[in-house]
Amino acid sequence: MQHAAKPLRRWLLEAERGRGRALLAPGTRLTLDALADTTGLGALRGALADRNVLVSTGSQLAAAEALVELDGLARRIVLAPPDLKPTDIPAVMAGAGIDAVLCDGDHPGFGPDVLIAVPGPRVPLPDAAAAEVRDTEWVLLTSGTTGLPKMVAHSRAGLIGAIDPSALAPVWGTFYDIRRYGGLQILLRALIGGGSMVLSQAGEPMADHMARLAAAGVTHLSGTPSHWRRALMTPETASIDPRVVRLSGEIADQAVLDSLRRAFPGVAVGHAYASTEAGVGFEVTDGREGFPAALLDADGAVAMKVEDGSLRIRSTRTASRYVGGTARALADRDGFVDTDDLVERRGDRMHFVGRRSGVINVGGLKVHPEEVEAVINRHAGVRMSLVKAKSNPITGAIVVADVVIERTFPDTDAARAQAGLKAEILDLCRATLPAHKVPVLLRFADALAVTPAGKLARHNA
Amino acid sequence: MDMQSVITAAIEAVAAEQGKTLRPLTDDLVLLESGLDSLCFAILVTRLEDEVGFDPFTLSDDVYFPVTLGDFIRFYDDAARSQAAPTLAA
Repeated sequence: MQHAAKPLRRWLLEAERGRGRALLAPGTRLTLDALADTTGLGALRGALADRNVLVSTGSQLAAAEALVELDGLARRIVLAPPDLKPTDIPAVMAGAGIDAVLCDGDHPGFGPDVLIAVPGPRVPLPDAAAAEVRDTEWVLLTSGTTGLPKMVAHSRAGLIGAIDPSALAPVWGTFYDIRRYGGLQILLRALIGGGSMVLSQAGEPMADHMARLAAAGVTHLSGTPSHWRRALMTPETASIDPRVVRLSGEIADQAVLDSLRRAFPGVAVGHAYASTEAGVGFEVTDGREGFPAALLDADGAVAMKVEDGSLRIRSTRTASRYVGGTARALADRDGFVDTDDLVERRGDRMHFVGRRSGVINVGGLKVHPEEVEAVINRHAGVRMSLVKAKSNPITGAIVVADVVIERTFPDTDAARAQAGLKAEILDLCRATLPAHKVPVLLRFADALAVTPAGKLARHNA
Repeated sequence: MDMQSVITAAIEAVAAEQGKTLRPLTDDLVLLESGLDSLCFAILVTRLEDEVGFDPFTLSDDVYFPVTLGDFIRFYDDAARSQAAPTLAA
């Protein structure tokens, strides 16, 4: 059977047994062997064959089990992210032609014509999964902040295209949820490569997550720069000893790369580019922000170009299309997906400057919040920052910043120390940025809101 | 501190920070000739809002742009009074 044509369960069945690899959730452990040999669906498996199934589970482990059960069995899997609004579910179901829902525990009304499948205790698989031969289409939802989430269709081949099954089976960990592209990539690596994986859990304190990662002996850990900045503020992070540290999902600035190198001496710190639509693009491991401009002209599995300021990617791993609704075409005529991530060439390096939709317009001059944050984050006293627009009667908008600092000041001279730090940060901005990009107001915050996808919550006023 | 002192101090701070040379800050100084550019005014309005707690430009329903420094200070003074006065609508 061809690599890409093999459903997940087939990978598990063919893997070497008895190695103790497992998916680890808080208080629960499910071995890959059990995942291969048992099923929680029993007779429901037949009923789910060839259906368009919405996977809407409360826990990530239940979602992982569902994916192994359904890949090769269902015609289409739609993976509901944890923050999918109940009010959006009818539109998602209609758009994706859903005729079955796999859920755990309580389930709202999904309509009379829909098969509801609730897995039970796992029992031995009756027929060695002979039925799991379909080329199931996978549909992931984007995490847009407004409007309906877009449904992005992938083939299994595209999703696993960047995975090397012969790689040594490590212990994977991620701050991502596996029901989004970034987390799903890690889960697929664990399932296909026979590695263990420590699942994240929404709402779990970072210290507890770190303790679980340490106990499992995590070797490969990934998350967004925002996740990592929070991890760096957690003392328990010192208890893990990873071999590979990886960032993706947001711009990895030099400050966060340097901080991670200091926190994990000798560890390979890499930042990767991937998106739900564009798939896995590339990984950079030289410790510098941005990526080599030479990658743009490289011949390989991934073709990249810059058009109208934004990065465009074409590869066998890009999504095939949008599902449902009146969504625009996913790729242009030549097959390139517009990432809407704006890039700029500086010497032999391409730098990410921000999202097309996030641009702040200061009296006709453009400001990318991310470029200002990168400057603020360079100050040694700063852990993370959020730059946003504030409406202004003269220029339409003006730039302001919320900053989280590395340590708290003693009460006695807090005001003076804060004023001094603020002046230093603003001096750094003025020395580096044109006047309209320098924050007009800078406030210290205890924490910054992060979205369920692990990115800084941006709400431009 | 009265509004006039707050505003002139803020203007001087913005000018110093943006490297602008100010004309003497008299009541009849035409703002556009004061030495501040529009970014400086944008910064000024934002800083004043931070300091006094309101931005009269967005409070007012009319589109009003003060011409002289005196107009500008009165605009803030008027807004401060209406801020302080209890309103039935509140």
